[in-house]
Amino acid sequence: MEILLPFMIGILFAVGLYFMLHRHLFKLILGLILFGLATNLFLFVVGGITRSSIAIIPETEEVATEPYADPVPQALLLTAIVIGFGIQAFAIVLVRRVYQTLKSNNLDELNSTDKT
Amino acid sequence: MLFALLAGFMLSFLAPVLHRLLGKLLVVPMVLFPLALFAYFCTQLPGVLAGNVLLQGYAWAPSLGINLQFRLDGLGLLFALLVSGFGALVMLYTKGYLGESPLLGRFYLYLTLFMTAMLGVVLSDNLFCLFIFWELTSITSFLLIGFDSDKEEARTSAWQALLVTGAGGLALMGGLILLNLATGSYTFSALLNGEKFMATHPLYLPATLLLLLACFTKSAQFPFHFWLPNAMAAPTPVSAYLHSATMVKAGIYLLARLGPVLGGTEVWQMVLLMVGTATTLLGALLALQYTDLKAVLAYTTISALGLMVSLTGIDTPLALKALLVFLLAHALYKGTLFMVVGAIDHSTGTRDAQMLRGLGPHLKLLAAAATLAGLSMAGILPFFGFVGKELLYEATLHSPRLTWWAFGGAFVSGLAFVAVASLLSYGIFWHKASVSTPVKHAPSFSLYLPPLLLGLLGLLLGLSPSSLAAPLLEQAFQVIASTTTELHLALWHGFTTIFVLSLVTVSLGVLLYFLLPRLQQLPITYQRLYQNGPNKLYHLTFKGFLKGAKAFTRRVQGGYLRNYMVTIVLFFCCLLVFVLWRDAPAIDLSQRVHLLQEVRLYELVLWVLVMAALLYLLNTRSRLTSIVVMGLVGYSAALFYILFGAPDVAATQLLIETLTVVIFVLLLHKLPAFTYLSHQYRKYKFVFVSVLFGSLMTYVLLLVQEHAVTSELQQFYGKASYLQAHGRNIVNVILVDFRGFDTLGEITVLAVAALGIFALLRLNPEKGGKR
Repeated sequence: MEILLPFMIGILFAVGLYFMLHRHLFKLILGLILFGLATNLFLFVVGGITRSSIAIIPETEEVATEPYADPVPQALLLTAIVIGFGIQAFAIVLVRRVYQTLKSNNLDELNSTDKT
Repeated sequence: MLFALLAGFMLSFLAPVLHRLLGKLLVVPMVLFPLALFAYFCTQLPGVLAGNVLLQGYAWAPSLGINLQFRLDGLGLLFALLVSGFGALVMLYTKGYLGESPLLGRFYLYLTLFMTAMLGVVLSDNLFCLFIFWELTSITSFLLIGFDSDKEEARTSAWQALLVTGAGGLALMGGLILLNLATGSYTFSALLNGEKFMATHPLYLPATLLLLLACFTKSAQFPFHFWLPNAMAAPTPVSAYLHSATMVKAGIYLLARLGPVLGGTEVWQMVLLMVGTATTLLGALLALQYTDLKAVLAYTTISALGLMVSLTGIDTPLALKALLVFLLAHALYKGTLFMVVGAIDHSTGTRDAQMLRGLGPHLKLLAAAATLAGLSMAGILPFFGFVGKELLYEATLHSPRLTWWAFGGAFVSGLAFVAVASLLSYGIFWHKASVSTPVKHAPSFSLYLPPLLLGLLGLLLGLSPSSLAAPLLEQAFQVIASTTTELHLALWHGFTTIFVLSLVTVSLGVLLYFLLPRLQQLPITYQRLYQNGPNKLYHLTFKGFLKGAKAFTRRVQGGYLRNYMVTIVLFFCCLLVFVLWRDAPAIDLSQRVHLLQEVRLYELVLWVLVMAALLYLLNTRSRLTSIVVMGLVGYSAALFYILFGAPDVAATQLLIETLTVVIFVLLLHKLPAFTYLSHQYRKYKFVFVSVLFGSLMTYVLLLVQEHAVTSELQQFYGKASYLQAHGRNIVNVILVDFRGFDTLGEITVLAVAALGIFALLRLNPEKGGKR
């Protein structure tokens, strides 16, 4: 699976970026979410993946028994996911607000600071 | 000297406050200060006349060689006396000219600031100290020209003067740095005492050209002369003080100062002679074309400045002697004439030569001042201007290079000076006219006293040149000529060729005066010439800059989000490709194809699911479907986390994904519906960028997998997690214990995001909500 995941992540990046380059506000959010997802997976894979060996110390042991997954990327990921969620939620509400105020779903019309 | 300057800065900033406190009496401290300075410099006279040089230094940034070092020698003292003495008179004159203005305090602020800066220029010993004061004079000049800031002409002219002299300031800095690099000295004293800066030195040419550029812009030499006539938009005290007597002479001062260091070479002499004489001729010709008296004076000033530059270029002791005498004489009569014109403008409301007739009987004292100055300007016998003119002719006739060119310039400008002087002292005052221009109100005491005093001084110096002016001029002369030749000044040299030439000049000049109306009648050819001159070039460049900047900004900062993103991503890709190409080995996938056999079926199903979801997402038009499909992708990611030993991450991902879908659905009806917006052509571009970026990321991942890094942290946390932190779930232990503060930061970020969301939801500007 290690060999397939990089391709999936690459495609996720590409689709996310493609959506972000769209003019449509809604697609901007979709792109943002996909991009975030891709980044998280990227970190996960870069940290090195092992199959089904979780980073939990068994009840009987005092130190983790080999093999176990690297906990450091996981800890990073947790933080990244949560912060990513904060950004997503903010972006969704912001887009809603922009749409409500300016009645436009076109990013190209939002290129000046003054209402026209 | 430092304290004199500091006091000047302090007083200048106090001026607006004093104006509020003292009202009309503001003029008293403002006049007394330059007078005190004048007196202070007078007390230095005996020492300097004995040949001493007063040096003072205060450390500022010694490691950079930038110190507040001052030097008072003959040349410095001559200028210091001129600046402070003239300053006192101008301050007094300002009261009469602008006494009623509510902005008088501000005007005095600028004027005093300028005076202090100008004193700094002429007293500085340190090169960089000089630079700072030099720039300060440019800035104050800008402020003073633009004093009537409600007039567009004033603003444009102020800009122009600032840009031209500012560019010169830049050249000055470059030149000074090169000078410092080449000679290793930071002060004029060291430069003068050290070895001569040889013309063969590789830095000689660039340093000299840069310094000359600085002097030419400051002293309004061709082709940078155009800012000076435009600067006449300033109130007349400014024109009299900055733009005839002092600031424009800063360039001449610097040339004279640097003469002993840089002079004596072919480049120096040729450039100065060519430029100076060209400026002289241009100024003289244009002066005859205008009827606005201030413009006429401005062009004669340009002409005179050109003469001074030529004299530094001739570079013989005689020429330098002529330079000093002419400089002093010019400051005296030109300042006077400016003040007279200002007073006339103030009294009659016009300064057009064609409108002004027969003012003599009404403005007797002004007429007297104008006559005194005019006679000096024309170079009539007992006046100081005569001494200057004689020396000027003699020096140009004995010029080692381009003799006829230099003398021609001096002669033509001499004619123009006589004509202009006749116009100013005879034409507008005494020329018989049927109707004389009505005088609205007589000029006050402060308007006619300063010009009268200056005019009288011109006569006094002329009557006894050897006793009054000569000693100080001699000291100055020794500084700039670096010889000990004595300087003799005499009014009467006998019936020499020079005297005959003087007589010819005066008679031809008077003839020219009677032709003036005709010359002013046919200005069209000259006007066209002038309109297409450097002034136009300046405006074209100025507009071009603005347009170019706008176009550039529009190009780079177009306001289109996707263009920014494309730029960022493409730049990132370029960097990545560069680094990969330079440092990284190529990946070898053939070694790892066998790994495909280990892929389990459920993993493959998930993989295909994500691909299908993405494909669907690209084609759907429904917002609800998009959200559902997004959720699918998110959950699949969570499953991947579970499969590869990260249950905590998976749990978080599931939660987050659910929350995101919920928020989306809740706000769905308020979000914009899909419409087709992109153009086909752009689509390809975006597809290209996206695919490029995606494939690069894939490549990087594959590369990283091939060269896996082993982390010691994994072992550390595996061992320490239970023993030190008493937790069995290592990931949790890291988050809440080992890296607890990171988690606190994360929580803070969430809190801020929540605040932002709350504000966005509550904000309601249309319905009168608070912003």
